[in-house]
Amino acid sequence: MTNSIREIPLSAGFFVIGSNTTENHPVMGSMIKNAVINNGKKLIVVDPREIELSRYADYYFQIKPGTNIAILNGFMHILIKEGLYDKAFVETRTEGFQELAKTLEKYTPEYVAEICGLNNPEDIPKAARLMAELKPMALYYSMGITQFVSGVNNVKSTANLQMLLGNMGVPGGGVNPLRGQNNVQGACDMGALPVSYPAYQPVANEENKAKFEKAWGVNGLSAKPGLTIVEMFNAAIGGQLKAVYGMGENPVMSDPNQHHIIEALEALEFLVVQDIFLTETAQYADVVLPSCAFLEKQGTVSNTERRVQPMHQVLPPHGEARDDWWIIAEIAKRMGAKWDYAKPEDIFEELRTVTPSYAGITYGRIEKELIQWPCPTTDHPGTQYLHKDRFSRGLGLFTAIDYTPPAEGTDAEYPMILTTGRILEHFHTGTMTRNSRILDELVPEGFVQINPNDASNYNIADNEVISISSRRGSIRIKAKITNKPKPNVLFMPFHFYEAAANVLTIDALDPACKIPEYKVCSCRIEKIAQ
Amino acid sequence: MEEITLLIDGREVKGKLGQTIIEVARENGINIPSLCYHPSVSKTGACRICLVRVNNRMLRPACVEPAINGMTVVTEDEDIVSMRKWILELLLSDGDHNCLYCDADGDCELQSLVKRYGVQESKKEEPKRERTVDNESSRGIKRNEYRCILCQRCVKTCREIQVSNVWGFSERGFETRLIADDDQKIGESNCVMCGQCVQVCPTGALTYQTVLGRGANWELTKESSICIYCGVGCKVDFYKNREGMLVKALGNYEGPNNGHLCVKGRFGFDFVQSPKRLSKPLIKRNGAFEEATWDEALDLVAAKFAGIKEKYGPDSIAALSSAKCTNEENYLMQKFMRAVIGTNNVDHCARL
Repeated sequence: MTNSIREIPLSAGFFVIGSNTTENHPVMGSMIKNAVINNGKKLIVVDPREIELSRYADYYFQIKPGTNIAILNGFMHILIKEGLYDKAFVETRTEGFQELAKTLEKYTPEYVAEICGLNNPEDIPKAARLMAELKPMALYYSMGITQFVSGVNNVKSTANLQMLLGNMGVPGGGVNPLRGQNNVQGACDMGALPVSYPAYQPVANEENKAKFEKAWGVNGLSAKPGLTIVEMFNAAIGGQLKAVYGMGENPVMSDPNQHHIIEALEALEFLVVQDIFLTETAQYADVVLPSCAFLEKQGTVSNTERRVQPMHQVLPPHGEARDDWWIIAEIAKRMGAKWDYAKPEDIFEELRTVTPSYAGITYGRIEKELIQWPCPTTDHPGTQYLHKDRFSRGLGLFTAIDYTPPAEGTDAEYPMILTTGRILEHFHTGTMTRNSRILDELVPEGFVQINPNDASNYNIADNEVISISSRRGSIRIKAKITNKPKPNVLFMPFHFYEAAANVLTIDALDPACKIPEYKVCSCRIEKIAQ
Repeated sequence: MEEITLLIDGREVKGKLGQTIIEVARENGINIPSLCYHPSVSKTGACRICLVRVNNRMLRPACVEPAINGMTVVTEDEDIVSMRKWILELLLSDGDHNCLYCDADGDCELQSLVKRYGVQESKKEEPKRERTVDNESSRGIKRNEYRCILCQRCVKTCREIQVSNVWGFSERGFETRLIADDDQKIGESNCVMCGQCVQVCPTGALTYQTVLGRGANWELTKESSICIYCGVGCKVDFYKNREGMLVKALGNYEGPNNGHLCVKGRFGFDFVQSPKRLSKPLIKRNGAFEEATWDEALDLVAAKFAGIKEKYGPDSIAALSSAKCTNEENYLMQKFMRAVIGTNNVDHCARL
């Protein structure tokens, strides 16, 4: 997030796009609800499904999955056409406006409504006008913006809109991606990415290479960017990748196109899985290493607003489970590394020296202070919101972006659109929530949401087990008839191994950031013969 | 904001204009009892247990009375004590406040006040209302109307914190009672089981299903950590009993969550103590897992990685780091892959 959770009361309104906030980030969802319902703040929602927030929205747009760019361009088209954008901000803080304006010309409400499958084009100008009045408006998004082959362009489009409205660098504004895992922010910050060292310092850069060789006391660090998750499994099938060391990840459940992932795991010469349960992925491992669960470990995590917080040990380790850092260090030492860490704080003290945004953060400080990175020195208070007065590159760059369709279109064979996501009671691959008694009892099995119109066309009853197939596989699952998805769109949570949504999803990737298109694939449904 | 100075119990204390007496007092470590007042929600001013003497004359409810510069406040004197006793006796006269059978025993604000003011059981026969107990309909929350003092904390919490508007009052006067939705059982209502109402309930009217039979409240110890689920980073106080079993999770008010939790943060922690957890390293031999020692397993992994690196080069090995692990662990994993294996093939589930 460019901004902070505690700024929610400072926003005059919210634009939530591609985030089912009340189910996936429920505590923040409640804060937004409180602002809207109890304090009269405005709300605009764009989502392919009727989510809880859409009920409280001043304007709601139920778009076809994968058409975010079109509607974002539609709002900006009106802002420019009617002269409602923040001219001072655009003039002094940005560049690339002319190209953007030119690209936006054709995104009239009617054109956008056609692409997005909307029946309320007249609301597009009204919502755009409302946005212009909201000083400031905060934009929240989540995987409903990113998990597309157009993911990067979707994100850039949200930035275009917020710059056009002058909502950047102000408290209560910003472009705010809600991160879906408790330390996904930190894992990225720490360089658990194939292209960058800690603090997003590119690996393909000689200066950075030299810096880390010196810091780590090694020679010959690779300057060749590595493989992303989905590329790893392609390389395993291709024979270039021989071994995978998986820590706390369950790709059999979480990655797109499950059959393909399993084929890749089976092709490996050696698979190590380090986890708390014998997960679906661990079944394919050669060695399984038992690690400590979150309540058994110490360390720091960084939340969606860049706040670095301490985790304390609540319980002793289960059985012979060990800390993940200890296990990594033991393997490293056996391979000749001269590592000597006695406790997590020793590692943190080292990472501070190579991670400029964390340099001023210490275990002592975060016990007492609320610190958000960047925090370059120990007397720096941290940064509540980014891009005040200037962007990291100087001027904010508008990127002129045209709508592009999802990788897989519908056809006679696969006429329906499947979109996937999470539900309130469960989390990701279910490793934790399905082993939590109360949560598993609340929602014990998977389901697919289907519009009553489609249910009637296919003669499907509520709770009937049906078959869903895509080009990649087929599963059987219970149908829940609901108005939440629009006709011809199905929604399925991916937490349930018995009916894994990722058997069906497509492993098409965004060309720049390699995120898979979980949110759109084509499928067909069939009644199961009695 | 304008600073003001008050004299509370003879002590000069600072506050801000716009605060009420109880807020200034508590910020300065002066405890004025409260039942309906809770700092996380709007003020109700219903129970009157927080009556204090203002400017040596009238009794005012400290929770709603604005603090004014130069004000003199006495938080307890003979009149106030007798007033509080009388209020407590009235509260006890209805319902059933038998602590022996109550999950909140030892963690009950009503019980604490009864003990503090030495209130005895009423000898008078008071009229009693028929009430309901619902220990079964919800998997997370139990309710016992006999312990409800109608303080409205749950109503306000559900309206202002969770914003689900499940709790509300029905009827009027003596017949007033707390209902879920249009008088549904809690498990059949629109409750999303965030459990925040239980966290703020000052009595045993609302309790967690998880606490039953897991030790008395005074036996529990707590430690705070960060919730493992989404990226909001809610700070949670985890309570465990003498046997080391987790009993309950309460939202910590210093975290980004301001004390609030969702159903996962509240009830989704027992997987940590599941018997299905992995407890020993496993090595697959002839297609089946066999238990191994740490040394065997680590030696094997190191030897295999070294062999594969030697034979096919460092880029033939890749690691999946984890958004469920700490910064320290992620740092070490990428350092291991880059500095020890010699490849940038390290990624995690950020995109998944």
